Amino acid sequence: MSEASKTAVQKKPITAKEVLNWLLDHAMIIIIILLAIFVQIQRPAFFGPANLISLLQFTTARLPMALGVAGCIILAGTDLSGGRIAGLAGYLAAIMGIYTFPNQPVLALIICMLAGGVIGLVNGFCMGKFKLHPFIVTLATQQITYGMYLTISNSAQLAMPASYAANFATATLFQIQTGLNKNGDPVFTKVPVFVLLAVILTVIMWFVWNKTTFGKNMFAVGSNQEAARVSGVNVLLTIICVFIVAGAMYGYTGFMEACRIGSSTPTLGLNYENDAISAVVIGGVSFVGGTGKISGVILGVFMMQLIITGMTFLGITGNTVYIIKGAVILFACILDMRKYMTRK
Amino acid sequence: MAGEQVLLRMEGISKSFPGVKALDNVQLTLRAGTVHALMGENGAGKSTLMKCLFGIYSKDSGHIYLEGKEVNFHSSREALDNGVAMVHQELNQALKRNVMDNIWLGRYPKIKGTPLVSEKQMYADTMKVFDELGIHVNPKTVMSRMPVSQRQMVEIAKAVSFNSKVIVFDEPTSSLTEAEVEHLFRIIGMLKQKGVGIIYISHKMAEIKRISDDITIMRDGQYVTTQPTADLSMNDIIRLMVGRELTNVYPPKDNKVSDEISLEVEGLSGEYSKLRDVSFKVHKGEIVGLAGLDGSGRTEVLENIFGNATRHSGEIKLYGKKTANRSPKESIANGFAMVTEERRATGIMAILNIRDNTVISSLKKYRVGPLLSDKKQAAATDRMIQAMRTKTPSQKTKIQDLSGGNQQKVILGRWLLTEPEVLLLDEPTRGIDVGAKYEIYQLIQEMAKEGKSVIMVSSEMPELLGVCNRILVMSGGRLAGEVDADNTTQEEILTLAAKYV
Repeated sequence: MSEASKTAVQKKPITAKEVLNWLLDHAMIIIIILLAIFVQIQRPAFFGPANLISLLQFTTARLPMALGVAGCIILAGTDLSGGRIAGLAGYLAAIMGIYTFPNQPVLALIICMLAGGVIGLVNGFCMGKFKLHPFIVTLATQQITYGMYLTISNSAQLAMPASYAANFATATLFQIQTGLNKNGDPVFTKVPVFVLLAVILTVIMWFVWNKTTFGKNMFAVGSNQEAARVSGVNVLLTIICVFIVAGAMYGYTGFMEACRIGSSTPTLGLNYENDAISAVVIGGVSFVGGTGKISGVILGVFMMQLIITGMTFLGITGNTVYIIKGAVILFACILDMRKYMTRK
Repeated sequence: MAGEQVLLRMEGISKSFPGVKALDNVQLTLRAGTVHALMGENGAGKSTLMKCLFGIYSKDSGHIYLEGKEVNFHSSREALDNGVAMVHQELNQALKRNVMDNIWLGRYPKIKGTPLVSEKQMYADTMKVFDELGIHVNPKTVMSRMPVSQRQMVEIAKAVSFNSKVIVFDEPTSSLTEAEVEHLFRIIGMLKQKGVGIIYISHKMAEIKRISDDITIMRDGQYVTTQPTADLSMNDIIRLMVGRELTNVYPPKDNKVSDEISLEVEGLSGEYSKLRDVSFKVHKGEIVGLAGLDGSGRTEVLENIFGNATRHSGEIKLYGKKTANRSPKESIANGFAMVTEERRATGIMAILNIRDNTVISSLKKYRVGPLLSDKKQAAATDRMIQAMRTKTPSQKTKIQDLSGGNQQKVILGRWLLTEPEVLLLDEPTRGIDVGAKYEIYQLIQEMAKEGKSVIMVSSEMPELLGVCNRILVMSGGRLAGEVDADNTTQEEILTLAAKYV
């Protein structure tokens, strides 16, 4: 029945249904392009150099966390602990910057990533060993991490030492002329170092996903855990490693965000995991598991940022932004499920 | 008088699936107040026939008459409402809910004039049915807390609660103790008294002889005969069930079985399965079949060897060396490979492509430094596509887009890349069309010729006879016997298979 209808469709040039399907398959990107065009018409500065660099900065700031959580989603799971891990890491970064290693920001970054990795290990272990649902496990570790942070920090707000921020967030990679001031002198916008770091991390992740045994195993476990096990994949180890990598990415994000913002506060990282999950889903990493691409994650984070910036340009306030973000996630998931639904 | 009235008549029922004619002009006539046994080998079409009756499959042709009126059910529920019920072998119950919830699901009694469910009424109704049938189960017990036998009783009670005129029992005694079987037979006796017609599907000859009035025998989707049970001996039944010509659909069996023993299995017992004390030896280059009825422990033998099930005791030796095989990963390293029975559930990674599905078990071979070489993976995949003659547009095609036969070839390729000594194949040709089956047989032959040892489970006896050198017959979790595939008969195998049931 379905065979017959498939061949029939192939013979005809293009049917209305095919056009509709194509539009639906690409609906997310079409809508975002339309939105961008709309904003550009309304506010011509939208695609100006200054805003593009700002988009680049925000995208690269959010990308590492999205890459981390994407692995968890490829396992057909999720991870809610990301934002709070980032918050804790931000605090650790501040403490190390002020007291412990004022002159060794790289060491501090590594320690932050390790700390995130340890929480990721707990996440992965509980999931793989006790077969708990990732939602529950990471909901619990989210609370625990936040509680730990509030306890050790006493809810204090710490300013990041200049030595740390200077190395990553204010140090300039290169600068681009973005316009002229009143006197006709050129105005430059700086691109900070962390942009490059995010690019490097992304490249490493691309290799990990596509070129390593671990990456192949991750997709196999996400696609069919039982089949992967029978095929000789160490499922428990794979799950644990995916969450450790994710945890390290959150740790990185926390450190970098503290540097970028210039301080560590109890709200640092709040809702970051939500944004990351949304971005990843928009980027076509499916909750069905076993499918997703680094390019999709990048695109997802970028599109999310584009939506947010676009709304800012249009003067839409923060409250409405939540509604729109939520709607976008829902819409992206509906479109995604279309691909996996069995037609009866 | 009641015993003579025709309750259900199925005539000329045919049903085809792509590549397979599952039912070909099958008939069945059930008289009121009798037990009608429906017999046939695994895959003879018994279940398909019942699924056509209940509208789970829509029949291609034929007619079904219930009390003389033509019916055409579209769902089990519709059948139930018309008095046709089935007690399934695999119980479909809401395990987290209690007994009475399960019985009244979908038709909860309401408190009059309200949309609220009347628990009181439900309890009373349940107790009424239970009392009638002599079942002692608390209606408020949660299903999952009860043994399978009691759950089965609940299922029977549910069928009765619909005031069914026709009840189909599918292998009802497979998980019952002797006392419970007696109880079941008493219930069946009571139902007969009430004029209910019973279709009874079972492999257990003794049971059939004891409780059935008529027997209909099916074979390869075709109707063979219907006769009064009293007129048939057990041997007659077996002969009618298997009486099939072995046609030449198998490649020549020209693999050379070496004298050298490759695999020794000693006293294998399962921790959580009923596998008990299975011992056998396999030679290098030999194809050994594992025959037996469904649930006889064939799959468990393979799973226990492969470390995919927890072993209670037993030893496995490969070329004289003891191997622990505690997990699939370890077994693969030791030279074992296993093609599982449920291709969809435990074989393919559906949304991944052919290449990823092919190389997953042998990834370390493609390593260059810390990374995997795409080139090497592509080359290995290509080699396997060639060797297996897999029909696929490209390596990048998702495996879910291939036919069952081609999926199976990809999985065989996956295992060949691990260069195993022992191949464990569980129903390697299930759900595969005839042409692809032949190719799979050829591949199995080729592997044996390369000196690998193959152990193959199959429900299709002709397949085992056509492909294997030797056949081990399982029965009730034990090894019932061993036959030489070239000098045995299906009757002999079936007799062994019934040894411990």
